[in-house]
Amino acid sequence: MRSQEEYVLRTVEERGIRFVQLWFTDVLGTPKTFSITPAELENALDEGMTFDGSAIDGFSRVQESDVLARPDAKTFQVLPWHRHGDESGDAPVARVFCDIFNLDGSPFQGCPRHVLRRTLERAREGGFTFFAAPEMEYFYFADADPSTTPRGIDRGSYFELTVADRASDIRQQTVLTLEEMGIPVEHAQHEDAPSQHEIDLRYTDALTMADTVMTVRLVVKEMARQQGVHASFMPKPLAGVQGSGMHTHLSLFRGDTNAFVDPERPHGLSEVAEGFIAGLLRHAGEITAVTNQWVNSYKRLVSGYEAPIHMSWARNNRSALVRVPVVKRGKSDSTRIEYRAPDSACNPYLAFAVILAAGLRGIEEGYELPPEADANLFTLTSDELIAKGIAHLPGSLNEAVVMMENSTLLADTLGEHVFEWFIRNKRAEWAEYKAQVSQFELDRYLPLL
Amino acid sequence: MEPLLCFPDPPPPSVVGVLERAGYPWKAVNRPEAAETEEPEDGWAGAVIASGDDPAGAFLLCRQLRKRDVPLAPVIVVVQSDQLTELELREDLFDDLCLEPVNADELTTRLAHLFWRTGRGLRPDLLEHGPLVLNLETYQAAVSGRVLDLTYMEYELLRFLAARPGKVFTRETLLSRVWGYEYYGGARTVDVHVRRLRAKLGEEHAHLIQTVRSVGYRFGQTSWAP
Repeated sequence: MRSQEEYVLRTVEERGIRFVQLWFTDVLGTPKTFSITPAELENALDEGMTFDGSAIDGFSRVQESDVLARPDAKTFQVLPWHRHGDESGDAPVARVFCDIFNLDGSPFQGCPRHVLRRTLERAREGGFTFFAAPEMEYFYFADADPSTTPRGIDRGSYFELTVADRASDIRQQTVLTLEEMGIPVEHAQHEDAPSQHEIDLRYTDALTMADTVMTVRLVVKEMARQQGVHASFMPKPLAGVQGSGMHTHLSLFRGDTNAFVDPERPHGLSEVAEGFIAGLLRHAGEITAVTNQWVNSYKRLVSGYEAPIHMSWARNNRSALVRVPVVKRGKSDSTRIEYRAPDSACNPYLAFAVILAAGLRGIEEGYELPPEADANLFTLTSDELIAKGIAHLPGSLNEAVVMMENSTLLADTLGEHVFEWFIRNKRAEWAEYKAQVSQFELDRYLPLL
Repeated sequence: MEPLLCFPDPPPPSVVGVLERAGYPWKAVNRPEAAETEEPEDGWAGAVIASGDDPAGAFLLCRQLRKRDVPLAPVIVVVQSDQLTELELREDLFDDLCLEPVNADELTTRLAHLFWRTGRGLRPDLLEHGPLVLNLETYQAAVSGRVLDLTYMEYELLRFLAARPGKVFTRETLLSRVWGYEYYGGARTVDVHVRRLRAKLGEEHAHLIQTVRSVGYRFGQTSWAP
């Protein structure tokens, strides 16, 4: 037995862990789990646990429904909120992320972790390691009742320092819990909209980060639940205020060197960085269905709320889709780009995979970087944008799926199984949405027509 | 760990087998004087003395080791059953004994037990540094009595650093010694894990792992007073 597995078994024994949750993710990024007892753990680590995948969105076709969850021992982590067992009568619980395999031991195509791993492997063949650092936005609401407009629990605004603010207390507790789990938080703050908060994570390699995003969403919701409120990563829960994005900072390293840096070139950006940005811009339309996967995602991507809508890049212009943050002098290693389209309700494994694939394509094919957007794009008319050659992101899930469907880049990156299932699922979501009659229509048309 | 002193040279194959399998370093001598001349700088870790065909030489060596200013311990003797009477009134010369023919499991257990008692095992059980305690046997770490829930690599990194306080390591060294290189993240992985460890140590103890600018990391204070 390898020392990693031995470490896990020993820790379970020493800490009196009663249940180990095996975590994995369906194609839409919903966390899934089943618990095993310590007695089963050794077997799970050795051989994996068989379960029926047909019940999981985007997993097996019915005739070949059994799959194998194999724990990734290095992701083993005791869950802090289950730990103080004795007082609450709660048993100590740990989690471990799993990779999904077919019964014959080959990687299961529908497993998002495999999709990302495969793309990272491709980056590695080019000598690159891919790092990501997302900024996760979300709201605290009084409850999750969909029959009324969601009610926030504070009235603060951007960076606001408030007194005895319940939401800020919950956020603080969340950050402490994350740190206890070894997830360093760069900073956490109140966001623009009332009751909207943001947690910025320190960069890690993209696979660890995708796991981390799953963990953060769970911890945020769990800490809120303990205080009797509801945390939501819905992209645009309230009309008239900002939605919740997941701006993601990205960099490629070659060994120890930041591959985005070249002090000899304009703005200190290397050819690799320019290729990566150009790739992202050229394929932005195709990957949006994945980075913004819900009908509701496109209510966020509208003008006027600091969300990107045009495929442009800029150094310090927050209306751009790709922003290149200005780096402090002498800190060229922190050179990175920020991709501002994704929302925090995406599947992080698939989102990081398609973003990386688009960037790599730009590097491999030597795409030319279009000129930097100088004006505030939100103020330009569509004619002016066309004159500048700036296209816009898909305006609805339907448009996004159409663009995705024609993309060989996406089919290659996601693999046939995920690609097809995803498109089918999103078409169905759109069809259902289209058949709805909204409050907007009633308000506007019923009195008039 | 320093090597164990073995007698005679070569030691019985059964003894060699046990030492090799359990991972004890060892060195064999044939003459009692050689126990002095061949002794490593930090002293022998202990001795395995087989009486074999030369019980007189064996007990002479035992006496010599035990009459030092700091008597050598632990000493285990391997004797044939018809030599047991030879041990009478020589109880002070050894800590434990094992009968020929050697039962490998028995000798392994006796060695492990002796080293546990003298606190000089192959792997010390506890690694302590200020408020930080690592139990190497159970893989558990605690700071100021608070148990840390570490992942495997966080634990390995902390163990590596805490075992070598005051020493500065480059990221490459840590990567090759702790991860063994076959890892995605490159040297930046080390930074990521150090940050995760510091987060878990908590603000109060995060300074246990210090960043040495443009070099790497160091655990605890440097051993040199400024």
